[in-house]
Amino acid sequence: MRTADLTTALILIAGGALVIWDSLRLGIGWGTDGPQSGFFPFWLAVLLVCSCAAIALQARRRASRAPFITRAQARPVLSTLLPSAGFVLLTQFIGLYVAAMLFMGFYMRWFGRYGWIPVALLSVLFPVLTFVVFEKWFLVPMPKGPLEAWLGY
Amino acid sequence: MGWENLLLGFQVALQPFNLGLAVLGITLGTIIGVLPGLGGANGVAILLPLTFSMNPTSAIILLTSLYWGALFGGAITSILFNIPGEPWSVATTFDGYPMARNGQGGEALTAAFTSSFVGALFSVVLITLFAPLLAEIALKFGPPEFFAIQLLTFSSFIGLGGGNPIKSLVSILIGFILASAGLDIVTGQLRLTFGITELMKGFDFIIAVIGLFGIGEILLSVEEGLAFRGVSARINPTVVWQTWKILPRYYRTFIRSAFIGFWMGFKPGGATPASFMSYAFARRFSRNPERFGQGEIEGVVAPETAAHAAGGASLLPMITLGIPGSPTAAVMLGGLIIWGLQPGPMLFREKPEFVWGLIASMYTGNVIGVAMVLAFVPLFAAILRIPFPILTPLIVVICAVGSYAVHDSMVDIWYMLLFGVIGYVFKKLDYPLAPLVLALVLGDLAENALRQSLIMSQGSLLILFERPISGVISAVALVFFALPLLQPYLRRARKPPVPVTASHDG
Repeated sequence: MRTADLTTALILIAGGALVIWDSLRLGIGWGTDGPQSGFFPFWLAVLLVCSCAAIALQARRRASRAPFITRAQARPVLSTLLPSAGFVLLTQFIGLYVAAMLFMGFYMRWFGRYGWIPVALLSVLFPVLTFVVFEKWFLVPMPKGPLEAWLGY
Repeated sequence: MGWENLLLGFQVALQPFNLGLAVLGITLGTIIGVLPGLGGANGVAILLPLTFSMNPTSAIILLTSLYWGALFGGAITSILFNIPGEPWSVATTFDGYPMARNGQGGEALTAAFTSSFVGALFSVVLITLFAPLLAEIALKFGPPEFFAIQLLTFSSFIGLGGGNPIKSLVSILIGFILASAGLDIVTGQLRLTFGITELMKGFDFIIAVIGLFGIGEILLSVEEGLAFRGVSARINPTVVWQTWKILPRYYRTFIRSAFIGFWMGFKPGGATPASFMSYAFARRFSRNPERFGQGEIEGVVAPETAAHAAGGASLLPMITLGIPGSPTAAVMLGGLIIWGLQPGPMLFREKPEFVWGLIASMYTGNVIGVAMVLAFVPLFAAILRIPFPILTPLIVVICAVGSYAVHDSMVDIWYMLLFGVIGYVFKKLDYPLAPLVLALVLGDLAENALRQSLIMSQGSLLILFERPISGVISAVALVFFALPLLQPYLRRARKPPVPVTASHDG
């Protein structure tokens, strides 16, 4: 917990410093028609840096030594996060519906150890249902890929 | 105060199409409330794009019904599965789950739904009475008053939110900084974009809500290992009727909790402390406090009444001042802007059919809601029995669909994932998420109010204290900001009456 707390505080301080730097470029004083663009972000970032420094001090003194995440916890978290990231990446190239099908099939098979029949059934049914609801009923377009183009959408 | 206005509202809300939307909204809302990882705020955010083509009144009726449904759904998981779907349902588990284990699940659920209904109705009646008055007053507000109200909003997260006040402050600051990224409308300059074109349009809070609450929550729940062990409950008209015969005995608890809920609820972050506070009061005034925690029906009534009174009350500042009291209200406010309405006090003059339709739909929505959840509890509870390997990809995909639909932009899905990771880390380190979202929504408004105030006073912050109304509000805000510093001294003076909670509501 302590390491994670300190790291987060330090990352936020770095972010705050970046904001301060950009605000100084924009000007933090009084322009011709009121406060300049950098005024508001500048003071926010100054406060952020101070608060994060306080959090870092607090954490150094009394944060618990319990680990942020145990090995047993990290496995399911990563095996959800990484396939999700893969799904987003695939969406960019082959469209959301096909990516959703692959993602769902992979996750059910690999994480849930389901048989091929329920895997195939659900992972096809769900994207089709999503397609009908969003694309057809509510006319909200989603990213589409080669398969949809081949089907004429 | 015009009853004819409310009547006009009912004419809108009772149209068959709008009633149908209310039923749809409550069904979806209850499902969303039951599902882990989806709650009121991100449920509303995901469905927001579906309403773009509707007329605003029908759209808001759909979204508020969803909100009521999500509130009801939270009670089901707390009582039958001991999993509080939302932070304000935590207190409901204290007695609700033991009741279910003792075979009184039906009674607990009936008590919870009825209390929710009573609490929400109480708030709606007060909204009906006070909203027009508050809007009248708010019409006279200038930039300093609006900035002062924003100060009050955020100070209450720090002073009353519980948890680590510095971390609350950091959340608020991050939200404001993210809100300022992109084009500065006043000067036309680009801020915090560092020459990257994707950053020009800034960060949309709807994406942040979906990521922080949706993906973040999913990651947290898979970490727990995920075996939901639920207690099944029988609920039938006899059980409902028996419970309803007992409930009037607790009229004092109902009244007390409804007042606590409303009073805490119209300030942001109020629902969670309200539910804990009213649970603590109920135990203190009870004739048999030792039964609390073992399955006492009053321990279900108190937090549920307060949480729902607070949930209703959080809509009051949204419709009258244009300042949301909770992340869910914030998403609805975002909807208002997208539908082409200007949130704030002028709505009462310019769009009475919208405002009163919304208020009337809160009555109809709650009546429909309580009837539906009582009738279909087993169905809704069955959702939690869907195995996790199926549920997780489903929720991730739905979140992605909602994120993409807001701006038809692929980058937003990546932002959603990023916000998901941030949400997960922040939740583990006890940084509250609700203030971050609210700051992200209100950032531009707050900055403009501050700028205009400073222009009025030629650069002096004292203007916030010199005008009577903003002076009082700012002073209260300062007290709230200072509260964490004063608390050690206050605590020495007397014992704290309320258990302080570590979480904020969503």
